[in-house]
Amino acid sequence: MATQPHDDLTETGERRRDFIYIATGAFAAVGAAAVAWPLVNQMNPSADVLALASIDLDLSSIQPGQAIKASWRGKPVFVRNLTPAEQAAANKVDISTLRDPQTLAQRTKAGHANWLITLGVCTHLGCVPLGAGEGENKGDFGGYFCPCHGSSYDTAARIRKGPAPTNLEVPEYAFKSPTQVTIG
Amino acid sequence: MSFPWAKHYTPTTAFGKYIDEKLPIPRLVYDSVGAGYPVPKNLNYFYNFGVLAGVALVVQIITGIVLAMHYAANTQIAFDSVEHIMRNVNGGWMMRYMHATGASFFFIAVYTHIFRGLYYGSYKPPREVLWLLGLVIFLLMMATAFMGYVLVWGQMSFWGATVITNLFSAIPLVGDVIHTWLLGGFAPDNATLNRFFSLHYLLPFVTLGVVILHIWALHIPGSNNPTGISVKGPQDTVPFHPYYTAKDFFGLCIYLLLFAAVVFFAPNALGEVDNYIPANPLSTPAHIVPEWYFWPFYAILRAFTVDFLFVPAKLWGVIAMFAAILLLFFLPWLDTSPVKSNNYRPMARIAFWVFVVDVIILAVCGGKPAEEPWVRLSQFASAYYFAHFLIILPLISRYETPLPLPNSISEAVLKRHTNLGAPASQQLPGAGVAELPPTGHAQPAE
Repeated sequence: MATQPHDDLTETGERRRDFIYIATGAFAAVGAAAVAWPLVNQMNPSADVLALASIDLDLSSIQPGQAIKASWRGKPVFVRNLTPAEQAAANKVDISTLRDPQTLAQRTKAGHANWLITLGVCTHLGCVPLGAGEGENKGDFGGYFCPCHGSSYDTAARIRKGPAPTNLEVPEYAFKSPTQVTIG
Repeated sequence: MSFPWAKHYTPTTAFGKYIDEKLPIPRLVYDSVGAGYPVPKNLNYFYNFGVLAGVALVVQIITGIVLAMHYAANTQIAFDSVEHIMRNVNGGWMMRYMHATGASFFFIAVYTHIFRGLYYGSYKPPREVLWLLGLVIFLLMMATAFMGYVLVWGQMSFWGATVITNLFSAIPLVGDVIHTWLLGGFAPDNATLNRFFSLHYLLPFVTLGVVILHIWALHIPGSNNPTGISVKGPQDTVPFHPYYTAKDFFGLCIYLLLFAAVVFFAPNALGEVDNYIPANPLSTPAHIVPEWYFWPFYAILRAFTVDFLFVPAKLWGVIAMFAAILLLFFLPWLDTSPVKSNNYRPMARIAFWVFVVDVIILAVCGGKPAEEPWVRLSQFASAYYFAHFLIILPLISRYETPLPLPNSISEAVLKRHTNLGAPASQQLPGAGVAELPPTGHAQPAE
């Protein structure tokens, strides 16, 4: 190669300069990507937003048939103390008829089957369903009703009617004691 | 750029000559919006709306810069800072009402501008790039308007942001990651508000840049006109200045009169009362509705209520809503008829007006709650929207027999005036008698 002038063609038709062009371009592209990533990543949730990603709740004051709304990650969480009748109604449903088939047991923790903890975010387009507050419309199935586009959820917060594609999401949570729960 | 018979700029003063050598801005103005830019002489008042949209953009930028001096993009105080502008800032109420009403007027101007382009076939070659750039402006406007509406941080701001950003979570596999990334959290919050403010300030200037490209692309073939036929010679055009500068200023006066009337006497007529309630993440308003200019697209989004072909209804709605706009990018190649103006297309003209009615129906449905009969109606109207572009227009282009076109713009203009019974030579002193068609049946009345 040392005897060959730079612009001479090799047997396969490439020049040394072609290689230099491609190497330079590739190096610049890698550099640009390395700079672009922090610019994109800065839009992801910041450390303080992530730090508030779990909350503790005291459930001792919630009577059967009542529910509370809490705020978790900026979204409402519904914690509902199901009455035996509501649990029976949820268990009576043939899950093969459901849009998003799940049993009540799959949506609650063993030994805490009366505590239904879900996000209060309609899985259609994110509105807050009614039904957690006293006297609110609980929809056709006694659970929750989304006023935005008319989705009805049953007493296990499963989608039964309307445009929502899935059941109300059950967040990750764990019972620390029979009346203390950590969400997130 | 421009026609060979365009007048040439010749600086007369020594300073004029000096500037013309160093930085020829006066020449640019003369050649683009002055006497050096020949324009078809038959443009009607629908051709004012490009200039009106440009003025609307400038009004938004000026009032927006002023509002940003007093607004605070923080969820704790954003709503209060808007009320501070309304109550405490000197003349702040006027700036905010001009900005809020100005957004609606910007869309009125742009929708009329698009309507004009669709009727007279202005999207067809040689102006297809001009059309595409216009659609880019339209998309930028919609993004800017949406983010601006969120800044108020009222109930409708918050829940509008929730619903619209949730659209992205419908994307398979990466939807949730994109959703969280867009919001900077798990629900709209301070990070969301701050980035929307930053982008809401940026995008109008991006829009302004694309507007300049849009005008540049316009000046290469020149304006289309109501006949849709090309300029053939000097007798078909008049200089932009003074003819269209005067006409545009007249139209602008009417536009500003209407604008002022709404700003001062009905500033909230086009808004939603729920947005005067501070944002509450734990309570959704009973009826979430976007601003009126998004209603047709919102109706298409909500028209999909059943899963189909393994794709969930929610994703279908999102795809359809974006497709409804992206489809317009293909319009120059879907409508293959060489005749531009619907004045000479009897079938396409009927289809055009049916389409206009269809969009109005969609707009009405989009503003109503998601109940019957609006859901069913928006399903039919959405289907027709897509059928118009994908089936009806291509078929009409193929099978329609257009009406005979005039030989030139000049002939069309003269024929119209002689048909009215007035002597052509008196009505149009600029147009020579020699341009009268040899077979013209029109006789001077005298």
